[in-house]
Amino acid sequence: MSTEQIQPAETFSPIFGRLTLDWIPYHEPILIGTFAGIAFGGLVVLVLMTYFRLWMPLWKNWVTSVDHKKIGIMYMVLGFIMLIRGFADALMMRAQQAMAAGGAEGYLPPHHFDQVFTAHGVIMIFFVAMVFVTGIMNYVMPLQIGARDVAFPFLNNFSFWMTVAGALLVNVSLFIGEFGRVGWLAFPPLSGPSFSTGPGMDYYLWSLQIAGVGTTLSGINLIATILKMRAPGMKLMDMPIFAWTTLITNVLIVVAFPVLTATLALLTLDRYLGFHFFTNDFGGNAMMYINLIWIWGHPEVYILIIPCFGVFSEIVSTFSGKPIFGYKTMVWATACIMILSFVVWLHHFFTMGSGANVNTFFGITTMIIAVPTGVKIFNWLFTMYKGKVRLEVPMLWTIGFLITFTIGGMTGVLLAVPPVDFQLHNTLFLIAHFHNVIIGGVVFAVYAAVTYWWPKAFGFRLSEKWGRRSFWFWFTGFYFAFMPLYALGLMGATRRVNMYPDAGWQPYFIVAAFGAFLILLGIVSTFINFYVSIMNRKALACGNDPWDARTLEWATQSPPAPYNFPQDITVRGREEFWRMKQEGFSWSTNYAPIHMPKGTATGVLLAAGALVFGFAMVWYIWWLALLSFLGMLVIGIGHTFNYNRDYYIPVDEVAATEAKGAMA
Amino acid sequence: MSDHTQHASHGTMGRLMIGFALAAILTIIPFALVMGEVEMERTTLIGIIMGLGAVQIIVHLVYFLHVSGDSEEGWTLGSTLLAIIILFIVLAGSLWVMHNMNVNMMPMPDMDQMLNLQSQQG
Repeated sequence: MSTEQIQPAETFSPIFGRLTLDWIPYHEPILIGTFAGIAFGGLVVLVLMTYFRLWMPLWKNWVTSVDHKKIGIMYMVLGFIMLIRGFADALMMRAQQAMAAGGAEGYLPPHHFDQVFTAHGVIMIFFVAMVFVTGIMNYVMPLQIGARDVAFPFLNNFSFWMTVAGALLVNVSLFIGEFGRVGWLAFPPLSGPSFSTGPGMDYYLWSLQIAGVGTTLSGINLIATILKMRAPGMKLMDMPIFAWTTLITNVLIVVAFPVLTATLALLTLDRYLGFHFFTNDFGGNAMMYINLIWIWGHPEVYILIIPCFGVFSEIVSTFSGKPIFGYKTMVWATACIMILSFVVWLHHFFTMGSGANVNTFFGITTMIIAVPTGVKIFNWLFTMYKGKVRLEVPMLWTIGFLITFTIGGMTGVLLAVPPVDFQLHNTLFLIAHFHNVIIGGVVFAVYAAVTYWWPKAFGFRLSEKWGRRSFWFWFTGFYFAFMPLYALGLMGATRRVNMYPDAGWQPYFIVAAFGAFLILLGIVSTFINFYVSIMNRKALACGNDPWDARTLEWATQSPPAPYNFPQDITVRGREEFWRMKQEGFSWSTNYAPIHMPKGTATGVLLAAGALVFGFAMVWYIWWLALLSFLGMLVIGIGHTFNYNRDYYIPVDEVAATEAKGAMA
Repeated sequence: MSDHTQHASHGTMGRLMIGFALAAILTIIPFALVMGEVEMERTTLIGIIMGLGAVQIIVHLVYFLHVSGDSEEGWTLGSTLLAIIILFIVLAGSLWVMHNMNVNMMPMPDMDQMLNLQSQQG
């Protein structure tokens, strides 16, 4: 079965670059099946959309929209689609490792298996976790600070479509060519020109660079929004915790992502122009890549988790019916994590050969960073203490998080001890640790956030029954899938193995595969939940404030009107909405015309240009690369001459929208 | 969302000219040092040029980019300081880490000594 796959020969033609028919994997039954499935599904969607005449509404109301709420929802849709792709990779790996024990070879040849684990990591971090987190920040934060939109609405639309372009490029690699076989961070020399010849590694580079543009710009945008567009009277220390965590996350994005961009650019120079930054010859040093990429990589994990801390803070406070315990310590703990996350990166490569001084320094900073995180755990616990805790679905996820994340955090502190790390480096113990914090932290937070803010976004709740099912499948599935990996790691099982000789490990892998199956049921339950709830939306309809919440996003209609708030809210302190409710608040009917930004197709066109450019660069189709780059320049410069960018919503339209909201 | 007309000050002509003069002086000095072939230790020369470059960065930030404690409620100064701290961590940290690794992973001198020892004893 595992015949050594030989890559197609390197050829070059002026028109198609190095792309030949041999690069279409029509001889791989798994890929053909996937392709057929996607093509069929795509065709069905295409026909249905045409039948119901949905193309124009989609284009006008969503694709070209600069409304932060719609962009936020589109981020979430992208996240769920990519979650399916990334999770399919996970299932394939679990199935392979459950079979390939004691001489058996399983069903995935190494060539394919290596692409699967690379794609799984890249997709789950860059196109699932990052996308979910950005989507939640985009949707919720402007509402929480009483703003009409983000600071740069067009930039927001452009950022989103650049992320989509990156995601599409990763998926194109599935059917045209191959993906990298290098692990999610693509260490050289394996990822260099000598050892990764085909286009796979170039797909990796260009998709991350394109998506990275979107991420960085979105970071700048959200920082500017928080600093400049808060409701009148709202001081920084009056903001909800989630707005604070958004601010700090985006500062981290803006500071850390240029490091990734620069590092990948250096590797690109190595691969395309024969530079020697990361080779062993001519003064290069591959270890420098590992150093640089982790200077980005460690802040990156905090970029993912900090907004999730914000989500849980909002939920704990709402469902305990109390203000968050220790607001100021929460803010300062987050700020400390922001700085500390920049001084721990070496713990990812203790074993690379640093001396005792260096390893000790980074070991200790890593243990220190657990302190502000621990502070947060206690703040959440004390918020629940003596509160009237309502165990609704978002709260279930929160409690699941508190338990799971604490375990993951403690195994992290174990790994922070350099001598222990020497034993466990690159074993499945590490894999179990970071899935423990990313699933227990980020995924649980995303599910909690989706359940919590869904009524805000659509005006009806999700089904409680399916929400609980989804939680219990995910929660138990997680423990079945990853606790065996801790044990395997301690027994010496390394990560990324296609097969292993010790048949004694197999039972653990089978249990892990069973866990992955439970998680699959959790994901299926989620989609059933969406379906069932949309079908029953009349019965599940709810008011503007279904959870009896405390922050400003619940002061407006559900779903909010395009302008968010009919009037400016004057904020007098923390939890302004709670105070407003005590005082019997209602909007005045004295409306004024509202100034709004117009939608534009420039963002999606630029991103389409970027996608073509990335594809052309991957395949060395130089003329197309030049053409698409020039096209992007023309579109971008052309957009600066577009002065028709805003409009006013007249008073009677505002009044009509508000009256309709009050009726519902 | 309400006030788009409020812009940060772009500085007075006087301040811009001071900045321009300082930048010019700070550029002329290193050029003069190199082109005039001034008698000086090479490392001192490089040190002086790098130092003047650093001062030049500060001049640009203060006079042209208007970084100061009171513009934009101190945000420009704050974000500049954060950028400097992070840059320091990244640069100093990388140098320290890579140097330390080099020291630990270059066995050549030790190898030579061992070979010498062997040949003496052998």
